[in-house]
Amino acid sequence: MFDNFPLWPDRASAAAGNVDALFIFLLIVSGLMSLLIFSALLYFAARYRHRRGVLAEQIEGSTPLELTWSVVPFMVFMVIFVWGAVVFFKSRTPPRDSTEVYVVAKQWMWKLEHSEGQREINELHVPVGRDVKLIMTSQDVIHSFFIPAFRMKQDVLPGRYTLAWFRATKPGTYHLFCAEYCGTQHSGMIGSIIVMEPAQFEAWMSGSPAGPLSASGEKIFAELGCVTCHRADTPGRGPNLEGIFGKPVQLEDGRTITADENYIRESILDPGSKVVSGFKPVMPTFQGLVSEEQLNALVAYVKSLSQPAATSTRTAAATQQDNSRGAGSQVQ
Amino acid sequence: MSMATATIQPVERENYLNKEYGVGSWLFTTDHKRIALLYLISITFFFFIGGFFALLIRLELLTPASDLVQADTYNKLFTMHGMVMVFFFLIPSIPAVLGNFLVPMMIGAKDLAFPRINLLSWYLYIIGGIMMLHCMLTGGVDTGWTFYTPFSTAYSNTKIVEAGLAIFVTGFSSILTGLNFVVTIHRMRAPGMTWSRLPLFIWAHYATSIIQILGTPVIAITIVLVAAERALHLGIFDPRLGGDPLLFQHLFWFYSHPAVYIMILPSMGVVTEIIACFARKRIFGYSFVAFSSIAIAVFGFLVWAHHMFVAGISVYAALVFSLLSYAVAVPSAVKVFNWTATLYKGSIHYDAPMLYAFGFIGLFTMGGLTGLFLAALGIDVHVTDTYFVIAHFHYIMVGGALMGYLGGLHFWWPKISGRLYPEGWARLAALIVFLGFNLTFFPQFVLGYLGMPRRYADYSHMPEFQVLNVLSTAGATVLGVGYLLPMLYFLWSMRYGKPAPDNPWKAAGLEWMTTSPPTTFNFETEPVVTWEAYNYDEIDSAHKQEVKVVG
Amino acid sequence: MSDSTVVGLHHEEQHHPELLHHFAEPQQQEDSASLGMWIFLGTEVMFFGGLFCAYLIYRLAYFGDFAAASQTLSWKLGATNTAVLICSSLTVVFAVYAAQQGKRTMLIGSLVLTIILGFAFLGIKATEYAEKFEKHHVPGPSFQFDNVPVPGHPDQMANRGHAQIYFALYFIMTGLHALHMIIGIGFFTWLLFAAWRGRFNPEYNTPVEMGGLYWHFVDIVWIYLFPLLYLIDLHK
Repeated sequence: MFDNFPLWPDRASAAAGNVDALFIFLLIVSGLMSLLIFSALLYFAARYRHRRGVLAEQIEGSTPLELTWSVVPFMVFMVIFVWGAVVFFKSRTPPRDSTEVYVVAKQWMWKLEHSEGQREINELHVPVGRDVKLIMTSQDVIHSFFIPAFRMKQDVLPGRYTLAWFRATKPGTYHLFCAEYCGTQHSGMIGSIIVMEPAQFEAWMSGSPAGPLSASGEKIFAELGCVTCHRADTPGRGPNLEGIFGKPVQLEDGRTITADENYIRESILDPGSKVVSGFKPVMPTFQGLVSEEQLNALVAYVKSLSQPAATSTRTAAATQQDNSRGAGSQVQ
Repeated sequence: MSMATATIQPVERENYLNKEYGVGSWLFTTDHKRIALLYLISITFFFFIGGFFALLIRLELLTPASDLVQADTYNKLFTMHGMVMVFFFLIPSIPAVLGNFLVPMMIGAKDLAFPRINLLSWYLYIIGGIMMLHCMLTGGVDTGWTFYTPFSTAYSNTKIVEAGLAIFVTGFSSILTGLNFVVTIHRMRAPGMTWSRLPLFIWAHYATSIIQILGTPVIAITIVLVAAERALHLGIFDPRLGGDPLLFQHLFWFYSHPAVYIMILPSMGVVTEIIACFARKRIFGYSFVAFSSIAIAVFGFLVWAHHMFVAGISVYAALVFSLLSYAVAVPSAVKVFNWTATLYKGSIHYDAPMLYAFGFIGLFTMGGLTGLFLAALGIDVHVTDTYFVIAHFHYIMVGGALMGYLGGLHFWWPKISGRLYPEGWARLAALIVFLGFNLTFFPQFVLGYLGMPRRYADYSHMPEFQVLNVLSTAGATVLGVGYLLPMLYFLWSMRYGKPAPDNPWKAAGLEWMTTSPPTTFNFETEPVVTWEAYNYDEIDSAHKQEVKVVG
Repeated sequence: MSDSTVVGLHHEEQHHPELLHHFAEPQQQEDSASLGMWIFLGTEVMFFGGLFCAYLIYRLAYFGDFAAASQTLSWKLGATNTAVLICSSLTVVFAVYAAQQGKRTMLIGSLVLTIILGFAFLGIKATEYAEKFEKHHVPGPSFQFDNVPVPGHPDQMANRGHAQIYFALYFIMTGLHALHMIIGIGFFTWLLFAAWRGRFNPEYNTPVEMGGLYWHFVDIVWIYLFPLLYLIDLHK
């Protein structure tokens, strides 16, 4: 029982150092504050013990003191707030050229699919030093993707995508937990994040060949007949999807929204809600006709229509990025 | 050295306890003091049920594997522990027991504004309690006390509608108590009892009542929506039908965050009274403490989404709620400073109530400081939904609210029962509670930062968590003993305790100017107040001149 | 009660029969009842408020579908009910005035009229609900909402799931309102019997006033419900 008694979690991501730094700062602030209050309490309790014949001195208060001990703590709190906000912003802003991994959570397992096509269950292999962006949804109830060693957590919701990202900095195997209670086997919905050196990761990738996710998306796009209306060659009944991902889209009701993962998904499942300006609301809904994995593939495909290079060059670019960064925590 | 002096009373005077006998005289009473005792018995009953569930949880977590109970059962255990403790113990506790007993007396009134509604409050609590008991005995609920959708509306197979209705009914008990207190404090103060002469216990209960009145209806309607969705397969919270599961979370936390202030504010009021009495001086910064209570109540309504930082809300929303959460921390800190400053140049006695008050300040401070960690967005991402949060709120709820409740029970026990509790045992119990509490919950901060998620029946893949869990369970058993002791000696004292004088602590406050126990209508003549609150200088210098016979 | 003296009250003095023992004088009792009722109405605002909040959020998100669903309601019946309730608030005002003036006949008449108007409201509501039931617009397993165009977009059909959300909120909001009406009618019936027995007079008419406050509140809730639920995009 005593062999393995850690008191501090592994630090294995770029963000972990940032979180730990703030945590330690808070430990110090709290420690000082507690020391201050507890020593005052103990000192007063002893020094002003009841003594026969000695009366207590009635002191109404002191407005300057009240203001001081309201304003000074508040200012300290503001420092903590800003620091926390900065760390948070960074952890919520995936870098532009992150590798994407699609995650589908269901009771009680994690299904992951690399954009290169490899599928994993309850495990995620990533190379050290690469920015990885998770595009996550749930098939049923709310779950939460939690990697303590990366100090990363994001709830995974049914009906929409939520995003998270990390950059692993230390090879090893780390816990993956579900952190939002989801039913009977909530505590069984756990797995591992396996961080490998880039070369080993390439070996692992080529060991399980699979077509890129966007390619299977292209197949589904044709199978479901999407291509009949969404044409690239001539204006069709639906908007041309080339180059639209990530760009602003004007809607029929005047609003302008960004064509992100959630918009693509919503357009497939509830096409009438956000119709593109200039088009009629004739697209049928595919709710119940596509699985979450198929939706992910379709989203990946639409994304690929906005990328300058083909998927194969994409992986090479990513490998270049890993090699130049190398392992080691980088505090941004 | 105990402050109580004993006087022998050969013939028992008429008081609210012996005025009438018989079950009917209790079940149909409108006397706020009897209703307070009815509540005392009922909430103690539910406390031990919730505590029993906690014990089972801690026993299960001794070993990594889910070997004591099955996962489904464990999930029901932590759900019922939370629901019972929150809705049937913590929310009513101080207001329903001490508040009901003391609010009229502290302001010089004969009863609350609406005595019959007060009795109705208790019946609603009992009905809700029976419904909840029935629900637990016929299968229980496994959604967590937070019953998030769509799990609770479309996936769980347990008795959610029934539990929801039980909480709905009990919620009205809370609303009516709050309503009663606000009207009483506004309209029934004795002549001369101005707002600035009110004991801070009253200010705290006033602020609490505002929250009860404005917040509880929102969870009531949320429960109605969840029940309707479950029963009729609606889609208000179900994404498959266009609903939004996050809407549930907003509605739920809009009440449930202010609810935690319902649980802590009265306790702060108790601690203020105890510190003033046992330091023999007026509270330092009376107006600041009074307005802090109100500020906490107001700001408490503005921070709910700090429970949702990783739930899928926008980054900008998260920023706003984080900022506001730091704002609400300030008035709580101010109170801690004022209590500490009150001890300066005081004349301090260490009777059991004061030990509980000291314990409160220490543990509430730690719990509050860890709230600063959670309000920091960057840290919350890591520690939310882990044992860190569990440790944080138990420090406040148990280390704070419950210590305050116990301290208050001890402080006013002579007044309530006409008996003195055994001081030696009480001090021992306070110490046991303090030590047991820290052993139970401090390791959980470490567990949380290590990454142990909450609501896990099984951690066999993470054996590195076991040592801390074992420490925590050891602490829980000590804590349990600490809670059993007062129950035993309070009961003992009702028969064998020394009869209490009217004011054993020489405390300030109108309630101490009545007999112990008080008569049914509290005061023989309506008091006319011409002195400030906490007039310990007058009380102590007056006593200096008395010839005292120390028994 | 012991023969002690309490400020403002002497054992030998005739105190008002309606004065409860824990109050020093009738004015205190009346002020307490009034504050209590206002606070209670505050809780009701929060109670309905949660529903209004949910409604507004979904209406913003699914405006077209909500408009389509809303236009299956009869705005004429809704408007009639609005008029009925406003008239009933008028009769309530007369009842309170009558009680304050000690005019027993006027009081009884006003209470009767209020109750009748209350039943009229419920009756109209019942026919509306019956029609919704026939058209399968009641949320649940038998809910149907196919091929209903979004107002202003004749070729776009409303989303069934979103329409069901509308109707779920419609039934819960108007149902809760109707429940409050029923409770109000019950209370006013008690007021009627009490008035018949001559319990109210210029010195004591607090229950009538409190009932009036409650009734006006229930009326105001409807004044908000009607345009929100019935009048979405009607000009289209």
